[in-house]
Amino acid sequence: MPPVPARGAQVLSVEGVHVWLSGREVLHDVGFEVRAGEFTGLIGPNGAGKTTLLRVILGLEPPAQGRVIVGGGPGATSEGAGPGRTAERVGYVPQKVVVDPDLPLRARDLVSLGLDGHRLGIPLRNRGRRQKVDAMLEAVDAGRLADARIGTLSGGELQRVLIAHALVSDPALLLLDEPLANLDLRSEHEVVALLARLTGERGVAVLLSAHDMNPLLPVMDRIVYLAAGRAASGGTDEVVREEVLSELYGHQVDVLHVRDRILVVAGPHGPREADQAAGLPEPPGRTRSRGV
Amino acid sequence: MVDTLWVATLVAMVAGAVGFFTVLRGSTFVAHALPQTAFAGAAGAALLGADPLLGIGTFAVASALGVGWLSRRGRSDVATALVLVLMLGLGGLFLALSAQYSSQVYSLLFGEVLGVSTTQLGPTAGLTAGSLVALALLGRPLLLEAVLGAAADPRGRHRRWLEGAFLVLVAVATTMSVPVVGALLMFSLMVGPPAAARHLTDRPWRALLLSMGLALATVWASVAAAYLSNWPVGFYVGVLGAGVYGTGRLWAARRRRRRGAHLAG
Repeated sequence: MPPVPARGAQVLSVEGVHVWLSGREVLHDVGFEVRAGEFTGLIGPNGAGKTTLLRVILGLEPPAQGRVIVGGGPGATSEGAGPGRTAERVGYVPQKVVVDPDLPLRARDLVSLGLDGHRLGIPLRNRGRRQKVDAMLEAVDAGRLADARIGTLSGGELQRVLIAHALVSDPALLLLDEPLANLDLRSEHEVVALLARLTGERGVAVLLSAHDMNPLLPVMDRIVYLAAGRAASGGTDEVVREEVLSELYGHQVDVLHVRDRILVVAGPHGPREADQAAGLPEPPGRTRSRGV
Repeated sequence: MVDTLWVATLVAMVAGAVGFFTVLRGSTFVAHALPQTAFAGAAGAALLGADPLLGIGTFAVASALGVGWLSRRGRSDVATALVLVLMLGLGGLFLALSAQYSSQVYSLLFGEVLGVSTTQLGPTAGLTAGSLVALALLGRPLLLEAVLGAAADPRGRHRRWLEGAFLVLVAVATTMSVPVVGALLMFSLMVGPPAAARHLTDRPWRALLLSMGLALATVWASVAAAYLSNWPVGFYVGVLGAGVYGTGRLWAARRRRRRGAHLAG
């Protein structure tokens, strides 16, 4: 097992990143840090640039300005800024994985591919590898799913197996792109609780993107709020405030606390239809809230 | 007859193995199109008086590279269709220009395993060995990509390269098989057995071996039946390929029902 970075050690640093896509600035001066053993939520409405930011961190999208440093400690630092220069120790759970129900692949096989799926050659039977895969499946509460065909898993079960797939190679940083989309409330709760437990147990840093922050409020150590291509980061109380978010959105927004939930809604002089297309929140009255 | 069986055996092994990944990746349209572009190559070779295998190989590999180059983000259906139409047009032209057409066209489309000559055994064996080694090397990345698509390799390092290598493998399998089972029926050997194997086991590598085994059984039975009945090999390969797939699905449905009943009880 590679050395787990000490809790609090910096595993990701995004510094002054600007990204332009087809003549439009998608990310403007985005900067934040992610630390080992911490749960960071990357929150923002659809179209705010969350997926682009994850692509930049993976080294798929070169920033026009700024840089991204991914590293698990001294010596393991590498720059992710550019398609060729990449970080090895990043686990990734992609958005919207659709599995062909006829695919002959068990949960155990998918996790095993997370260990060595990129390598060439024929996989040989290996007791150590099998134990590692079994232990990983147990760690995500999917031990009983080990021999199930992945096409037969429910959304929440598949999400847990994908997390095992991403974590089995012991990355320092785990990126998840909208893993809670399309999950029922119970599965959503289970996946969030699982990720929170894994950050504590394994010292991995979790960076999870979501358009709704509420399911993450109990577990988030840090929030990166992205709106209209700009980001604010820090503790939830520091970031999710009217003056901070109004500044990000470029117009007045209200932050409403309803019991233990937070709703961000456009203020009285909020955006018109055209602005909404750019991913701004809906004005009050049309805001859909989630029951818990 | 012995040489025939050997060539057919090698062809079945490669078609079963390459076909397995073709089915998993959902690129069966490519497996349908490449043999037909190879048909144009054979027609061109006949026109020029060259070795048909050379014509088939050149056209199949060129088409594979064309599809790989034109396809976007793993979607190759439009690119495949364009390459297929272009090549079929060329094949039609070559045939029209060529004097001796019907019997040769017939064997290219529907196969002529009993006419396989000893000289084909050497090259076919070489191509088989090469394809199986290449598949053994690429197996894991190909499987991972079949599950996760573009996300299998989020850093995008190997994706284009892997796609190209795979298409060339399909082209090689095509080159070997077209003279034996024919351009139209190559498809049945590359799709029927792997599609059935998916339903018979949950384990990926076991399914791969099973696919090769089913392809072997299909080809042996077809060659034997064609030898005895004098009906075309292609007919038997097509019917047996579809039959194997149908049986596999029925078997999987029965197993699922039994398992469901077991859980409910």
